[in-house]
Amino acid sequence: MNTNINLAGIKMKNPIVLASGTCGYGRELDTFFELNKVGGLITKGTTLKPKDGNPPSRICETPSGLINSIGLQNPGVDHFIQYDLPWLRKQDTAIIVNACGSTIEEYIELCKILNEQDIDGVELNLSCPNVKAGCLAFGTSYEGVKEVTSKVRKVLDKPLIVKLTPNITDITESARGAEDAGADGISLINTLLAMSINIETKKPYLANNMGGLSGPAVRPVAVRMVYQAAKAARIPVLGMGGAINGKDVIEFMMAGATAVAIGSGTLRDPFASVKAANEVEQFMAKHKIKDINSIIGSVQLHG
Amino acid sequence: MASIVLAKLVKKDIIRSDIFKFSVHAPEIVNTTKPGQFIEIQVSDEVEPFLRRPISVYNVDKENGILEFIFEVRGIGTKILAKKEEGDNIDILGPLGWGSFNYEGYKNIAVLGGGIGIFPLYELCKNAKNDANVHTYLGFRDERAVMLEKEFKQVSSSLTITLDNVDGFAINKLRDDLEAKNIDIIFACGPLGMLKAVQELAKEKNISCQISLEEKMGCGFGVCMGCAVKMVNSSYYKHVCKEGPVFEASEVEI
Ligand SMILES: Cc1cc2nc3c(=O)[nH]c(=O)nc-3n(C[C@H](O)[C@H](O)[C@H](O)COP(=O)(O)OP(=O)(O)OC[C@H]3O[C@@H](n4cnc5c(N)ncnc54)[C@H](O)[C@@H]3O)c2cc1C
Ligand SMILES: Cc1cc2nc3c(=O)[nH]c(=O)nc-3n(C[C@H](O)[C@H](O)[C@H](O)COP(=O)(O)O)c2cc1C
Repeated sequence: MNTNINLAGIKMKNPIVLASGTCGYGRELDTFFELNKVGGLITKGTTLKPKDGNPPSRICETPSGLINSIGLQNPGVDHFIQYDLPWLRKQDTAIIVNACGSTIEEYIELCKILNEQDIDGVELNLSCPNVKAGCLAFGTSYEGVKEVTSKVRKVLDKPLIVKLTPNITDITESARGAEDAGADGISLINTLLAMSINIETKKPYLANNMGGLSGPAVRPVAVRMVYQAAKAARIPVLGMGGAINGKDVIEFMMAGATAVAIGSGTLRDPFASVKAANEVEQFMAKHKIKDINSIIGSVQLHG
Repeated sequence: MASIVLAKLVKKDIIRSDIFKFSVHAPEIVNTTKPGQFIEIQVSDEVEPFLRRPISVYNVDKENGILEFIFEVRGIGTKILAKKEEGDNIDILGPLGWGSFNYEGYKNIAVLGGGIGIFPLYELCKNAKNDANVHTYLGFRDERAVMLEKEFKQVSSSLTITLDNVDGFAINKLRDDLEAKNIDIIFACGPLGMLKAVQELAKEKNISCQISLEEKMGCGFGVCMGCAVKMVNSSYYKHVCKEGPVFEASEVEI
């Protein structure tokens, strides 16, 4: 049975990846299981300089999911390189850095630094709904995605995956923007802009008023967008959005994903990714699937 | 180190209406639990409700591998939890929180609790009493709200119970006793108003003080950065599930 995949030039032993913002820089989850059990890890959104993030409350549970407005709290790229990367590199898993900036210059500066590091790839975050400047602002049009991606491409030789937002009318436009700019892959979906109000106080539950929705609640939207993006672009897709077990991973792959990230599922169960990897193998055995790659995009549409 | 245990509910007690004490068999968790730590409970096997619920450890019995926690029914999660019966298994992640109560080296300890915030203080009193005088002050709204009086009496050198509507707030009794009892540290858990008041008191009297905080949580084990607490004189946030739930009172802005 083969579970190896190649995502945008990044080799992984299975198609399960830990999603950005739900696995820190790996150390906490390493107390539960060896990180070599998953194909890859995507770091917390990392910026050039440390970022404090938003005031609390930052989390609000909603039906089958949650809204978050963390606001990219992270210690900055220098801290990551000095304290986290040396340890992370020793774990036998692919390391992808989720990179975010508030200006194009910041994205370029950050990716120049990342290009010199011993990492397997960069996930360019053009889709964080929780920061005032940058990120999402670039991710909502063909031109915006293409502009940032092509400028980053010039300074980054490593595999470049562009993370797309679902807060857009036509996902195929941003997907093609990334492809036309020379990205090696795309990942989607980031969270859906959302809001929840406490009717007793008339105030939104989140101090930031709005945040990003994730978890099983968004899965059907995510599967649809992965399907559309995979059809529209020739580069591989890292699918995510509400995948919490092996069955969900298979669904995303059938829709066209080469690999699948598990995010909110880890918050509920730190072992979700490891369990999903096992469940994928069980599914393969049951259905006599020799190579996991054979199911990518295998959905059969009704006539 | 935290682990996930399917813990059998061996005893279910009603403390007062809508407040339950669960005793579960979870040797893996109790072996390493420190006073002030908490657990995260997955109340349903289905994805609804999605997140685990953080609940403090009330008491551990290491010898028998028993973990006890007490919770009030608030919303959907605790409502489902309250329906569990003896013999049922409960999915528990713990122990959690790197910041537990640090009581070592202190001789005259004051423990201040209010309402349902008193639960994490029992295990603290029990352990601290081995080497120190433990003076406990518990405040309740009124007579009907009083609970666990007998239990706290057993693990305290002295126990003062106050009723808001009769005696005023518990912290005032503590303030009156500070010098006579030579208090060298205060530990507190309770409503925000109480925590702010004790923060002030500790600052005014220059006494060490540790407080246990709550905040909306995503994971409970330090990956999502959800349960943020702002640090004093800084724009930096620490996290209840990681550096907490117990913080130096002088360090946090609440
Ligand atoms: C470290 C810590 C220790 C706690 N210890 C205890 C305890 O020993 N006994 C006890 O009765 N309660 C305790 N609480 C509060 C308890 O977590 C909430 O009452 C519970 O999560 C409510 O869930 P629900 O589904 O019934 O309510 P809902 O209102 O339906 O919950 C909705 C969401 O808000 C979250 N939430 C609601 N209230 C709180 C709160 N006060 N703090 C953090 N998150 C909250 C829930 O976890 C859930 O994600 C503790 C909270 C924290 C952070
Ligand atoms: C608490 C939290 C923090 C997140 N932080 C980031 C981040 O820093 N960068 C990023 O690109 N995506 C971030 N995301 C989005 C996830 O990586 C993922 O795209 C999204 O949550 C959908 O997947 P899920 O439903 O499996 O969580 C975050 C999500 C959550 C829940």
